This record gives sequence, C-alpha cells and structure tokens, in this order.
Amino acid sequence: MRFIHSGSTRRRAAFAALATSAALVLSACGGGAATEGGGEGGSGSDGDQTITFIPKQLNNPYTDVVLGGGEDGATEAGFASSEVVGPLDASASSQVSFINAETQRGTNVIVIAANDPDAVGPALEEARTAGAKIVAFDSDTNPDYRDLFVSQVNAKDVALIQLELISEQIGGEGEVAILSATANATNQNEWIKFMEEELAANPEYAKIKLVAKVYGDDDDTKSFQEAQGLLQAYPNLKGIISPTTVGIAATARYLSTSEYKGKVALTGLGLPNEMRPFVKDGTVTEFALWDPAQLGYVAAFAGKALADGDITGEVGDTFEAGELGEREIAEGGIVLVGPPTQFNAENIDDYDF
Amino acid sequence: MSLDSKSAVPAHPTPEHSRPSAFASFLRLRELPVILALVVLVAVTAALNPLFLGEQGIKDLLLNATILMILAVGQTLVIITRNIDLSVGSILGLVAFGTGSIFVAAPNLPIIAVFVVGMLFGAVLGALNGLLITIAKVPALVITLGTLYIFRGINNAWAGGTQYFAGDRPEAFGNLSVDTILGFPVITLIAVVVVAIVAVYMLGTRPGRDLYAIGSDPDAARLFGIPVTRRVLLAFVVNGLLAGLAGVLYASRFNSVGATTGSGLELDVVAAAVVGGVAIFGGSGTVVGAAIGALLLTTITSALTALRVDKFWQQAIVGILILAAVVIDRIASVRSARKLRIAEARNV
Repeated sequence: MRFIHSGSTRRRAAFAALATSAALVLSACGGGAATEGGGEGGSGSDGDQTITFIPKQLNNPYTDVVLGGGEDGATEAGFASSEVVGPLDASASSQVSFINAETQRGTNVIVIAANDPDAVGPALEEARTAGAKIVAFDSDTNPDYRDLFVSQVNAKDVALIQLELISEQIGGEGEVAILSATANATNQNEWIKFMEEELAANPEYAKIKLVAKVYGDDDDTKSFQEAQGLLQAYPNLKGIISPTTVGIAATARYLSTSEYKGKVALTGLGLPNEMRPFVKDGTVTEFALWDPAQLGYVAAFAGKALADGDITGEVGDTFEAGELGEREIAEGGIVLVGPPTQFNAENIDDYDF
Repeated sequence: MSLDSKSAVPAHPTPEHSRPSAFASFLRLRELPVILALVVLVAVTAALNPLFLGEQGIKDLLLNATILMILAVGQTLVIITRNIDLSVGSILGLVAFGTGSIFVAAPNLPIIAVFVVGMLFGAVLGALNGLLITIAKVPALVITLGTLYIFRGINNAWAGGTQYFAGDRPEAFGNLSVDTILGFPVITLIAVVVVAIVAVYMLGTRPGRDLYAIGSDPDAARLFGIPVTRRVLLAFVVNGLLAGLAGVLYASRFNSVGATTGSGLELDVVAAAVVGGVAIFGGSGTVVGAAIGALLLTTITSALTALRVDKFWQQAIVGILILAAVVIDRIASVRSARKLRIAEARNV
C-alpha cells in the first residue's frame, strides 16, 4: 500500500504504520526522517525496505558467489527482503525488463551489474524517478544512471596485477593475447585499456607485445575455440591473459589437453574451485581474484546507507559495511572493496569459492 | 552425358563402362560441392598458415567437428522424414549436465555405463518429441520449439548456478577427447563409427529407405503401407539418442557443464545438415553429407581464426554457404528431374 502511494507524506506513512502495529510506528517515523534526508518519498520505513540484485546473468558460478555475499549483506544491513532476478543470457538489453518490473514493484534499492553501460540507462532513470536507489556493482553503468558503483578493486590494480603475473610467467618477453568476455563489457574493457596503457608506458614491459584481443562471450565452448584459434593464429604466442572466470577456465582446459600445456602461460581472473585442477597439473602457475562475496556484501550495505539517506553518493561520504568496516566513496562515486588475492599451488586449497 | 546415364543401367555391367560411370556418379554426388569447399578451404588456409595442418591443428579440427557431426547425423534422419528437431541443443545440455552429476554422485561408475545412461536419457527426450509430433499431429517445428524451451527450463531449474568441471570427472573420461589412435582423437572415432552405422542403415535397410519415402511424400508412403508413425518416431528416438551421446562427449571434452550448456546449438546443427546437401523439405540427402557439412562449418570457424579474419565475418560466410547449398540443391533437382523425363521418354 505504501508503495502504491509512493509520493505519500510522513503523516500518511505513519498512519499506515499505525494501522498495522505500534512497533511499526516507531520504525515508520525513523524511516520517514531518513526519507526526508534522502530527498525522496518512496522508501518504506526501516525494516520494510526491499533490495533486488540484478546480476549480468543467472546461473553463473561467479555471480552466485557475489550474490551469496549480497544476500548475507542484505540481511545484516536490515533489509526486510532481498531478491535476485535477472536474465539467463548476458546480452546488452536483457536486463531492461527486469529493471522495469522492479520499478513497478517499488523496490527501494536495485543493485545491478550492467551488461552494457548505456542499454540499461533509460530503465534505471525511470526507477530513480520512482524513488529507487541504484547501486552498480561488478560492472558499472554509465555514472549518470546510478548513485554508486561498488568496484571489486581499483580497476587499474586489477589490470596491473594481471600484467605482473603474465610478465613473470613468460620471463618479461614475448607475444601475449587477451581472451575477454563480451566485446562491450564495461569492466573488461576498462581493464584491457589499463593493460594497453601500461604496456605502452612501462619500460619493464617494453619487450611484451599484445598481439590480439579476442572475445569468448563468457561462453565455455566459444572461449575454448577462441583459445584454440589464438594459438593457431599466433605461433609465437607466449602467454594469454583472460580477465574473466569463464574464459580462463575454458582456456586452461584447452591448454591442459593440448601440446601447448606448460609452454604457453595463462593467467587472469579465475575462481579457485574452477582452476584448482589446472594449477595442480601445471597448466596455470598463478592467477588472481578478489573475494567475490565481499562485493555483494558491500553493495548491500551501500544500498542500505543510500536508502536510509545516510549517504547521497557524494565523494567523501562514508558508511559502515558490516564486518568489513567503514568504506569511503571515492572520485566518480566509486566504493572499493579490497585488494585482489593471488592464487597458486601453495595457497589455492585455502579457498573455497 | 546421356552415354553415362545409359551405362549406369545395369543391363551393361561391362568393366569398361563401370569406371567412367563410377566417375560420373561421383560427379553427381550431392556431397561433392561441400567436399570441394572443404578441400579448398583447408588447402588455402594451410598454405597461408602451416600450423593449421600441424599435428595439434588437425586434432583440433577433428575434435571441433565431432559433437556437431553426431548431432547432424541425428538431425538428418529427422529432416529426411520432412520434420525437424530444434530441441537438440537443450537435449545435449540436459544430458551433459546429467553426465556431470552422475560422475559427482557415483565417481566409480564405469564410463561405459555413463554413456549408456546418457544415450538412454537422450532417447527418452527424443521419444517425447516424436510422440508429441506423431500423436498430436502438430508440425515438428512447433513441438520441438516448445520442447527446446521446456528442456532448457528443466536444465536451468535442475542446475541453477551449479556447474561441474573437468576436475570433477575421472581423468580417463576426459582423456577420451585428448588421446588419439593413429592421429584420430578417440571421440572423433566414435563419431565416425556412428556416421558409418547410420549411413549403412539408411542405404541398406528397409526402415532406412522408408524414411526417404516418407519425406518424399508422406501420404503416398502411408498408402504404400509404410508404418509412417512408427518410422518417424524411430527417427526422433535415434536423434535423441545421438544428442545424448553428443552430450556425454561434450562433458568429456569441455571444462564445464551447467545450465546453459549447448544453448543455440540447434541452428548450427540444421545449418550443417543443409550445407551437407540434406533437403530441408525431406526426402533426400545423406548422413555422410551432413557429417561433412558439420566438418565444413567448424573448419570455417577455425580457418577464419587461423587466418585472423574478423569474427564478425564468420556468420556471414556461414549464411552464404547455406544459400549456396540451397541453390546447388535446386539446380541438381531440376537437372535430375529433366534427366528422368528424358529417360522415361526413351523407355516408351
């Protein structure tokens, strides 16, 4: 009911709350005050707020870990309910109908990993007009369309660590290629851009040549064949960087079953559980990733702080992210989660995700 | 030309005549254009990039074609009866995920048993398609479009975010797509055996020939006393069985099986059959042609990558091939119709 009268005043919200129970009155007042601070009337009272996660695609193992952290975070932060909806394919426009549905339901916080920075724009605008707070995580939307972006780690750090790893593994010299996800994935392209800049600028990498960028569309079969094609097209290839969990696993599978095993280096961003056999059989020496669960966890707390009006997304705003402690909003409305972890034969058994 | 066709008549089986006639019938092979295209493609690519025909290169080419080949053979049976099965990608996905689940649940199960279970599972799904089509008498296009989504939906509900990785399966199972015998990967040999068995069945057995008759004219076939329902059902069951086999092999070859495994594959399969000379309106085409069509399509992808041609051109090239196949097919059928008329006129 409160969602239908989304423009309701504090009195009306209090009345509605009175009608249900006295306990709710108190929280409704609290919520009302927060609403005023946030400058919008749609959010329900404390304890009634809802959060919905829209990942790039459902049934993706990496996404599942992120969302697991997100749901934990949502419960701890005090959302009344949290939900996950999303498309089964990671195409540019597939998320739009889900955003529209959330707008109609009056969800308070939408957390989204954009498949395309602009395709989701108009739908998110509408959601904001209706009073929802938008938190982007994992893959950013165009900054105009969201309040905050929760980033795994500094994009540049992610790019640099992968370059360091590949440089180490190929002895600082030779041809390398990148096997990415989709050609228009925001996070992928940002990392690739930083890698290219660093390769050009850093004299340590002067002897490393980036010969190709190919796209496996986060599809196992396609990534597998792209890896195969890379090795055929570039006979002198020394290493492959795959900044996507699907891509690195598929490439590892191909390398481990071919004559290139142990000869062509592979690194990138992978899930320890998926990469374990390839680290153990010597196909992969070392790769990196952040803890994906923390990403969802922080996004949930950021959403809560926005919905309560504690923060507005200004640079310098801070909020408590549960057991992970205080986070500050950096330039561009970005919240950083933590440094990436490197996984190798020695420590990979310590992780389970 | 008329000499050749005369010599093909068994009334003159002299050895001098049989040789040119064999050559002539080779020239008239429906599979000839696709074989030629394959040879030219491989030759040109290998000339520009010798690695393409290196040991690993050949192995990759064969491995890439294996799964599509098996699917194309099954699809050909169905298309020949003037039907189509769009649900094969979803069947493959279900069986592939099932295979992953079986190995996790019962790691010590003999590999051969997993093959049997996977193929039976596929056959059941195929039978479901066949029954719906033959009993409800709704066009296969509609029924299998429906089951495409139903099977995929079940797969999504069953798998959720779960994926099983190569590491979860016995090494011997994964090695089926790594080990080679005389340069041929084991799973490719399985595919070749499948092609051979089905090809012989289609050429040499009564039910095999019946499928062609049904596709040429279902009503005439029924009048002629062919058990049309049973035969069409058989085609769908065999197609499901082969999709199941392909699903098991998929799990052997690729790293992960999950909710989206095999989605979108159905169109590649139909394209392979059509490019291989299987007429989409039924009644003609061979499983060998379809298998070569599959090999051609996967080889194109590899060749364009090896030659560093932009990915975006690949789909356009596949499209052109399909159109070319259809045009060649049309010309061939017009010519053979004319020849038949001339032959009949002579006999009178």
